[in-house]
Amino acid sequence: MTPLIEAPSERLLAGIKSLLASKGIATAEEIAERMAQTDRASPAQGARMVARAWTDPEYRALLLRDGAQAAEAMGIAMRGLPPLGVLENTDDTHNLVVCTLCSCYPRAVLGYPPFWFKSPGYRARAIRDPRGVLAEFGTVLPAGQRIRVVDSTADYRWMVLPQRPVGTDGWDADRLAALLREGDMIGVTVPSAA
Amino acid sequence: MTPSEPTDTSERPRAHHDMGGVPKFLCEPIDTGAHALTPFDREVDAIRGILGAKGVMSVDELRRGIEAIPEAEYARLSYYQRWIRSIADNLLARGVISDAELRAALEQA
Amino acid sequence: MLAPGAPVRVRDDWPETRGPCHIRTPHYLRGRRGTVVRQLGAFPNPEDLAFARPAPTLALYHVAFEPRSIWPDAGGDEIVVELYESWLEAA
Repeated sequence: MTPLIEAPSERLLAGIKSLLASKGIATAEEIAERMAQTDRASPAQGARMVARAWTDPEYRALLLRDGAQAAEAMGIAMRGLPPLGVLENTDDTHNLVVCTLCSCYPRAVLGYPPFWFKSPGYRARAIRDPRGVLAEFGTVLPAGQRIRVVDSTADYRWMVLPQRPVGTDGWDADRLAALLREGDMIGVTVPSAA
Repeated sequence: MTPSEPTDTSERPRAHHDMGGVPKFLCEPIDTGAHALTPFDREVDAIRGILGAKGVMSVDELRRGIEAIPEAEYARLSYYQRWIRSIADNLLARGVISDAELRAALEQA
Repeated sequence: MLAPGAPVRVRDDWPETRGPCHIRTPHYLRGRRGTVVRQLGAFPNPEDLAFARPAPTLALYHVAFEPRSIWPDAGGDEIVVELYESWLEAA
């Protein structure tokens, strides 16, 4: 006989939902509330943090010292969530984040992990062939910039602090935040004002 | 002392979820497009969050359950299909639900 | 406690050959030499948490590796990974 957990996924979900509801562990209302809460986290959160770091040196220092505190300072609830580490891109070094074992992602500040981040191709290749992976995202780094790949294997979650694009002098934080995409904060792309 | 010479450990038995640098995926192009989550995906994600917040099942137990899925099934199932299977596996293992309860619930589902 | 800059070696151990387990030290790093970047705090051992067992707290370190010491064809310049003290030995 087929083990119960090999039931078709939609039916398995329906069965689990009905059992969790009848046991008072997770009601339909709680599930709906949780989904709404999860949907509030998006790359726009991380973008606000990065843009503030570009315009406020004290905030930048806080962000690099303690990402979770820096997120809290922007009104993002981090209590009970994994610590957030922030990797600073410089003229010398570009950072790229991968989770080769599963899909650890800084969800509190970037939302759900994108499809590519969870894919076997990304998980296998980013650690060994980062320049090849970046090329598929249309990203070419300046000659001489080193690549540091951070494999997110344990209790931290990691985001990248990109370099502020040239041509953005005088821009305010809102305008800067609008430049940023989720990939910029994982390191597969770099922001540009062009 | 010079750094250790590269030694080939790639032939050692490897768990299939442990993918860093694995040759069979090195030629796989990356689908960089956006894929919207389905209602199924979002519900499974939410249930996992609630079970974690309430101390019913940790993220580590979720991962263990995902890693226990046989390789061919792991490759065939979507991301959140693996999650719901691991959740069911863990709830049974912890005695939060019983085989009989799950069987009955699946018949009605 | 390991200081930043300390040379370390990841244990040459393959628990997946001994039965059901859950480990957060990637296959590609076993037996490899690296350098401690810094300690990241201390956390309950996920190898126990995964089986709902009592989990002792372990120091967690960021450790840097030379990619070409792992794969001769590696394209990056540095690999940095979170590793628990139980997986590290002095090198």
